[in-house]
Amino acid sequence: MNDNLYLRLRAFANSRFWQFVHTDFFLLLLLVCLSVGGLVILYSASGQSDEVVERQVIRIVLGFFACLVLAQVPPKYMRRASPLLYVGVLGLLILVLFFGVGAKGAQRWLEIPGIGRFQPSELMKIMMPMVVAWYFSSRHLPPSFKNIFVVLVMVLIPVLAIARQPDLGTALLVCVSGLFVLFLAGLSWRYILGALLAAPIVGFFLWQVMHAYQKQRVLTFLNPESDPLGAGWNIIQSKTAIGSGGIEGKGWLNGTQAQLEYLPESHTDFIIAVLAEEFGMFGCLMLLLTYFLIIARGLYIASIAEDNYGRLLAGSLTLTFFVYVFVNIGMVSGILPVVGVPLPLVSYGGTSIITIMSTFGILMSIHTHKKRVRR
Amino acid sequence: MASGQQYFRDYKKEQTITKHRLIFATAFVLFLMLLLVLRLFYLQVIEYERYRTKADENRLMILSQPPSRGIIYDRNGLVLADNRPIHSLTLIPEHIDDLEVLKTELAQLIDISDDEWKTYEKGSAYRRPYQSVTLKSNLTDKEWARLSVNLYKWEGVRVEAQLTRYYPYGEAFSHAIGYVGRITKDDFQDKTLNKDNYLGSLFIGKTGIEDFYEEELHGTPGYRKVEVSASGRIMAEIEQENPTTGKDIHLHLDARLQQYAYDLMGKYNGSVIVMDPETGGLLAFVSNPGFDSNLFVRGVNSSDYDKLRNSKRLPLFNRALKGGYPPASTIKPFMALAGLENGFATWSESYYAAGFYQINPNGRRYRDWRRDGHGWVDLERSIIESVDTYYYQLAHKMGITPIHDFLYQFGYGKKNILDLNGESRGLLPSNEWKKAKYGEPWYPGDSVNVGIGQGFMVATPLQIASAITAIANRGTWRAPRMAQKIGEQDIEWPADDNNEKKITLKNEAHWERVVKAMRKVITDSRGTARRLRGTRYKIAGKTGTGQLFSLQDDEEYEVENLDTKLHDHAYFTAFAPADKPKIVVFSIFENGNTSGLPADLAKKLFDAYLYDRFPKKYNYLKVSSQ
Repeated sequence: MNDNLYLRLRAFANSRFWQFVHTDFFLLLLLVCLSVGGLVILYSASGQSDEVVERQVIRIVLGFFACLVLAQVPPKYMRRASPLLYVGVLGLLILVLFFGVGAKGAQRWLEIPGIGRFQPSELMKIMMPMVVAWYFSSRHLPPSFKNIFVVLVMVLIPVLAIARQPDLGTALLVCVSGLFVLFLAGLSWRYILGALLAAPIVGFFLWQVMHAYQKQRVLTFLNPESDPLGAGWNIIQSKTAIGSGGIEGKGWLNGTQAQLEYLPESHTDFIIAVLAEEFGMFGCLMLLLTYFLIIARGLYIASIAEDNYGRLLAGSLTLTFFVYVFVNIGMVSGILPVVGVPLPLVSYGGTSIITIMSTFGILMSIHTHKKRVRR
Repeated sequence: MASGQQYFRDYKKEQTITKHRLIFATAFVLFLMLLLVLRLFYLQVIEYERYRTKADENRLMILSQPPSRGIIYDRNGLVLADNRPIHSLTLIPEHIDDLEVLKTELAQLIDISDDEWKTYEKGSAYRRPYQSVTLKSNLTDKEWARLSVNLYKWEGVRVEAQLTRYYPYGEAFSHAIGYVGRITKDDFQDKTLNKDNYLGSLFIGKTGIEDFYEEELHGTPGYRKVEVSASGRIMAEIEQENPTTGKDIHLHLDARLQQYAYDLMGKYNGSVIVMDPETGGLLAFVSNPGFDSNLFVRGVNSSDYDKLRNSKRLPLFNRALKGGYPPASTIKPFMALAGLENGFATWSESYYAAGFYQINPNGRRYRDWRRDGHGWVDLERSIIESVDTYYYQLAHKMGITPIHDFLYQFGYGKKNILDLNGESRGLLPSNEWKKAKYGEPWYPGDSVNVGIGQGFMVATPLQIASAITAIANRGTWRAPRMAQKIGEQDIEWPADDNNEKKITLKNEAHWERVVKAMRKVITDSRGTARRLRGTRYKIAGKTGTGQLFSLQDDEEYEVENLDTKLHDHAYFTAFAPADKPKIVVFSIFENGNTSGLPADLAKKLFDAYLYDRFPKKYNYLKVSSQ
């Protein structure tokens, strides 16, 4: 019976219909599950705000729209457009440095009169792996020393521009999305080990150029109890929320940390703590499983992609998605410093939902635009 | 251009490279996922109890409900210390966007000093988040009204009402009642108070009755267990226990007598003690000048405090309790009894009282207050006329040890009062004391001076009053005490010598003889208090003149030439009716010069107390019986 159902589901997923609409059924199903689950948590995390949930629904719908539209674009067009798009977005990033607007000392947005604000660094999250994948699509793998150098330059210019805004979270994501391509292209392990060994030294120099508030975040991460009412508050309260949820959780809308506003940023970056408090470890495992299935599907799509461009791009986008998940949960649960990375598709807000859904559009496009269809 | 290169590429190999990397990545993703799961397991399973408790500590807050303080009543039920609401302006710093704007807006309504802003800023640094901080306390009705109508304009600005101590009758009562003040760390150091009882309290007794009966007056706080949001809003009440009001204290003090005695002191510094000899209860306990106790409740500002502290009249000094004076001639009846008891004097023997006394011929002359002496005097007459030379020779003969031992029974040289802290012991000198203090032996001349209550001897007004009460009671000494009831319960002090004791004489008849002599101080034509003759009740008393500086042998001063500060202290100690005393009065007028002032005071207080002859103006202190 179960076997039968599975086979029928698989048959349905592989049917011509999905091929025709260039959509991966499994990925779509998982993304819908994640989004719906996310809305349930958001409702609680926002203090049962219909308004917040409505706005999130609009974003998610827009995100799915962007996903399905991008899925229709054959990868070869993407590949050809990659360098141009990269240069264009890089130009916008440089404009941000001079004309950007923002709040709290960070200058992240471009104001387009009549349309509104947008954040070029979000676009760079997609352009970065695209351009590196494009670069390797016409070159031998594994990459030569010269090619590595060129890629590093391509990566570092936008990363530094974003870090200067300053937006450490996005800079980190953009950086890794480029480096993942390099890794997937077969970057020699020797270089990787060398880089890992060099990391502490780089870290030292980074420390020198970091903003005071960024340093503070790192320090607070290392010892949150040192400033329990100030900077450490967020981490202490989120750990308390997670821990107090236990295995079964306190029940939906019953999390005291979340509902009584002890949890900071509860509907944005720290939303996993609300899930953990109200749905317990059980809820967290469900969420992690969903993320893992999405990532597994993405990596599978990458591994059976038609060409290097598709493989590298799909692999990098998927791994970057994982970095979102890992960094967010890691920071909220107190094993990583607090960098502003949202929990993908669950956290309220911003352009990140659109960006993330777009990456899945690209994945679907790579998966469904093949000369020989796999059955 | 790309196609040219592609010819040489090994696509299969390149595909394998990426595939291997993808497999490695998958493994790594799994590994990191597992790490997250372990982290969650650690927080949610292993450390669950800890975080659960922490979350509860977050959300549950116990609000202490401070008890209201017990009331202090006089013997007739007049309220001497009350609680009344005062209004304070408080701010919640978290809710204030722009302090500077608020400052200017508030300045248009009420005056707020820089000091008050400074105190506020200090206060806002040390507190729980979202806890309000007092900016200005004790708002006047006008300020309160002005603020109240404007409160809607601001967030985080409130007017809070609070019960605060209030002393309605001012300076006359300040040294007896004492005052409460803001709690400081030091308050818990020398007291055995339970700190937990003070969680929500702002005030604690600092001096007087407020200090001694702090534990009874304070009461026990209640609490409310509430669920609060992070912003300090109370979301739900979980449990509650009401505070228990502190116990009332009923004093022996008679408010009218107290105020009357205080007023009679007038411009003179000094003290009046009025005791009920039957109970030891203090009917009046005056130290003049006093001060407004209310100043200390709201936190005295530094200029007011400096004024009080630097005043030459020392209004903050409790003379009744701590003032050290030579007991002077008030010691003579006791000295007479000491002489009788130790076999150095009899009622029948006479002594020729010249104008001075000498231990050795050609030695120092100890002068009598009367230049020409008193002629032949017996013991009784020595009391009536306050003959100094009689006591010089008596003390000289006795030596200090029997004097010390005898006087000690009357409360000299030790603490007397049962229920006030900080009493001075005075000084009842002895051989051992002098050796320890000066490394010198006791000289006969030292005894001579002590004979008339001068020299080393120092006593407090309270000591002199309680000693004379023992004579009034014909040997029963009772410790002076302020309070008679706590709540509705009579206070039972331990029945020991510190509370009450019978001083026995070899011949108990001497008590009556001494009283008779003291009676003649008023009735005899040469009695030093003869000005009080002609009362319809019998007064027995003893005058005294405390010398502030010793005169050289033959010197005599002219009163008119002296600065009033150097005038002698004037004392009078008396009780009435002499046969069955109901009231004992002792007063000291610093630099009062003659016993006239204190003698008149005593008579007025006797009249008032025994026959309810208070001036009409004190009717406001009378409680109409219901």
